[in-house]
Amino acid sequence: MKLTINGKEQEYAGAEDRPLLWYLREDLKMTGTKFGCGVAACGACTVLVDGQPTRACVTPAASLEGKKITTIEGLDTPAGQAVQKAWAELDVVQCGWCQSGQMLAATALLTATPKPSEQQITDGMNTNICRCATYHRIRGAVARASEIMG
Amino acid sequence: MTMADTATFSPSRRFVLAAIGVGTAGFAVGCTVGGSEATGPITLTSLGDYVRVGSDNTVTVYLRHIEFGQGVSTGLTTIVAEEIDADWSQMRFEHSPADNAKYGNPAFGGMMGTGGSTAIFSSWDQLRAAGASARAILVQVAAKKWKVDASTVTVAGGVVSSGSNKATFGELAADVPTDGSLKVETPALKDPSQFRFIGKDRDPAAGYGRLDTADKVYARAQYALDYHPEGALTALLARSPKFGGKVASFDDAAAKAVAGVTDVVQISNGVAVLGTNFWAVKTGRDALKVTWDDSAAEKRSTDAMIADYKKLLAKPGQEARKEGKGAAGLSGAGEVITADFEFPYLVHAPMEPLNCTIEYKPGESAVIHSGSQMPTGDQAAASAVLGLTPAQVTITTMLAGGSFGRRATPDADLVSEAAQIAKAINGKAPVKLMWTREDDIRSGKYRPMNVHRMTARINKGAIEAWGDRTAIQSIMEGTPFLPPGVPDFSSIEGSNDIAYDIPNISVDVHLVKNQVSVLWWRSVGHTHTAYAKEHFFDVAARKAGKDPIELRRTLLAKHPRQLAVLNLAVEKAGPVPAGKTRGVAVHHSFSSYVAEVADVTVNADGTFHVDRVVCAVDCGIAINPDIVRSQMEGGIGYGLSAILGEAVTLKDGAPVQTNFYDYPPLRMNQMPQVEVHIVPSTEPPTGVGEPGVPPIGPAVANALLAATGKTYSKLPLGTKA
Repeated sequence: MKLTINGKEQEYAGAEDRPLLWYLREDLKMTGTKFGCGVAACGACTVLVDGQPTRACVTPAASLEGKKITTIEGLDTPAGQAVQKAWAELDVVQCGWCQSGQMLAATALLTATPKPSEQQITDGMNTNICRCATYHRIRGAVARASEIMG
Repeated sequence: MTMADTATFSPSRRFVLAAIGVGTAGFAVGCTVGGSEATGPITLTSLGDYVRVGSDNTVTVYLRHIEFGQGVSTGLTTIVAEEIDADWSQMRFEHSPADNAKYGNPAFGGMMGTGGSTAIFSSWDQLRAAGASARAILVQVAAKKWKVDASTVTVAGGVVSSGSNKATFGELAADVPTDGSLKVETPALKDPSQFRFIGKDRDPAAGYGRLDTADKVYARAQYALDYHPEGALTALLARSPKFGGKVASFDDAAAKAVAGVTDVVQISNGVAVLGTNFWAVKTGRDALKVTWDDSAAEKRSTDAMIADYKKLLAKPGQEARKEGKGAAGLSGAGEVITADFEFPYLVHAPMEPLNCTIEYKPGESAVIHSGSQMPTGDQAAASAVLGLTPAQVTITTMLAGGSFGRRATPDADLVSEAAQIAKAINGKAPVKLMWTREDDIRSGKYRPMNVHRMTARINKGAIEAWGDRTAIQSIMEGTPFLPPGVPDFSSIEGSNDIAYDIPNISVDVHLVKNQVSVLWWRSVGHTHTAYAKEHFFDVAARKAGKDPIELRRTLLAKHPRQLAVLNLAVEKAGPVPAGKTRGVAVHHSFSSYVAEVADVTVNADGTFHVDRVVCAVDCGIAINPDIVRSQMEGGIGYGLSAILGEAVTLKDGAPVQTNFYDYPPLRMNQMPQVEVHIVPSTEPPTGVGEPGVPPIGPAVANALLAATGKTYSKLPLGTKA
């Protein structure tokens, strides 16, 4: 089965129920996508599937044939690049473990809503847990990314 | 954790000299490694044990403390950059090897360890001396090379100059003799008025900011879980659902039938399933049938345990503080008020679940990749399990995805498990032991559950007596960090050093034993002592008919640093906005002083929201003001998370909660706006990782008290005021 990950075709031949997260991390050595909870509760494993934020920890790789999968390693859209630039500019990260997922969630939010209100930022990002509680800076970085996008 | 305070810790000059090796033995011998094809070989020259200069002009600081988000990779590096006079763009960091002699933490009795918010204050003198010594070495080398007097050589922005001679550090590194023949005198340290990095704010346009940001934003950062050597087997361990349970028997037929599962082995505290990938191993562990022997296990529920704790509180405990008449002062004229404050078990729940990888060659060696706060403890534990000498066990410290104290285990639980599993399969493959989130939430090492019985006697508008009696499991007992005869300060810190000028004070503690494992959790004893002290203070002040802020000012008159942060936070917070109530708390922990002002809205349906927190912190010299701010912001969020919604409860001895859906960390919609103000200071720098946590709970509770008149004595608070 062929999967398209960051624009590149990959052959998947693993178990039918094996989540995408482990295919990315173990087989493709793409470790930017993180394991946090395994039950779609924290968002550390967020990837984009056809642009939609998706929990790689509960999504079987085998269910994604024909879909476009984007991970932190391939975040090359204008929104994605603005998000990474803003995250760096504001020194958002502390431990950093959740931030790939945060940045993918922010990219999806800004792609759909390039000029989000404060409430839209909170609603869009509320799915993703940061145990270091960098939320204060994430809010600022989403707003800054929106500015960078122009 | 608390290991020492600046009051009891004084860095030894002898230690500094030995550590950087100046004056007697010369600097450490440099080493050479191959570089990439593009850059050619890079010569790496060590200027002492903390600083290394590469011929590529990088300056690398060896961190004896792990970077897990608190910013030490930038903070410690800043100190060296300052004294060596580097350009920021050339600074790098690397975790040091496990070696107590070179990298021990003086605040941990010389053992390596990250914790107790000690990294900066315990390194301040040492790394300044290391940076200044490295600078002096470069000056000497340049003087010799250029045949000029050393007094003519200057260093600025990473460039060494004398007259028309100029060289980068990298150009001089190769000229540093490797035979120890170059001696430098202990150099003078900079006057703070000359600081270029210390105290400088983040400046993205100038490329000045956290050193770990770029790697973490662009997914280059390598954490322990990202390390996966070829052929490694992933392992998950089935542990007893109840604390203190043992394996009676197990049936591994169904587990072994899962494709990809290679081994099932029993170790001291459970049964491990190994396999070629996580999903196979998880499926295998789900299919494993273990029968547990619960004869010695904890079987109570937390409600019953709390009731037992409260029975103890009827009697005096171990004395921790007595002023005036002590407990006797609680009887007398006026009115006595009392409340029992109940604090639940809490999990650290760092976002990166615990894990480590061990590559074991029987009789020869073991290499462990881990994100550990106590690498030499892990080294000792692994060597004991594997029958190796500590020197045969190499610890490679990786970045850790949070910790909050969880990765500082005196019993080296994680590494001991991994080593036992590696031994059980006789080292046939590297073992990557992982914990799922369920393992993390349900396997203990909790902030200990506890009850504070708070009592005050109010007479004629004054608090005349204060009583604070706690029943709690000890974190420190049985660890090497509590010398015999010393009271368990982790249980009473923040209670026994109450700063309010109250004539009669009694603080005492009952240390309870049970099977649940406990551990320091970001700000340790202060997680509960600050709440009990600061919230009950408002209850008592209101009973006395006093404004709680004004009464704090009066009773803190002899504590200028607490008073200063209180006043700064209150001033910056401005007037209380219409429709909101305000609570204030001030607390001293880990040698730093923090006040927080919380503005809260209580809605018509009884729910509440913390809208804004204004924080003032005095941490001495703020080396990286923006990291100080980020640690206060994060500390406020972490503390708020706990007081709003976190608790592990036990039913018949087993944890009820399993994952983030029933152990809910704070989310963005609960995060207040946060403003942090730093008190300018010339005092030596002190910790910021933990001190932001303690005041937020009582500040919020005090705001709710202002709205409802209620005492908030049972945590977590939940959603309703």
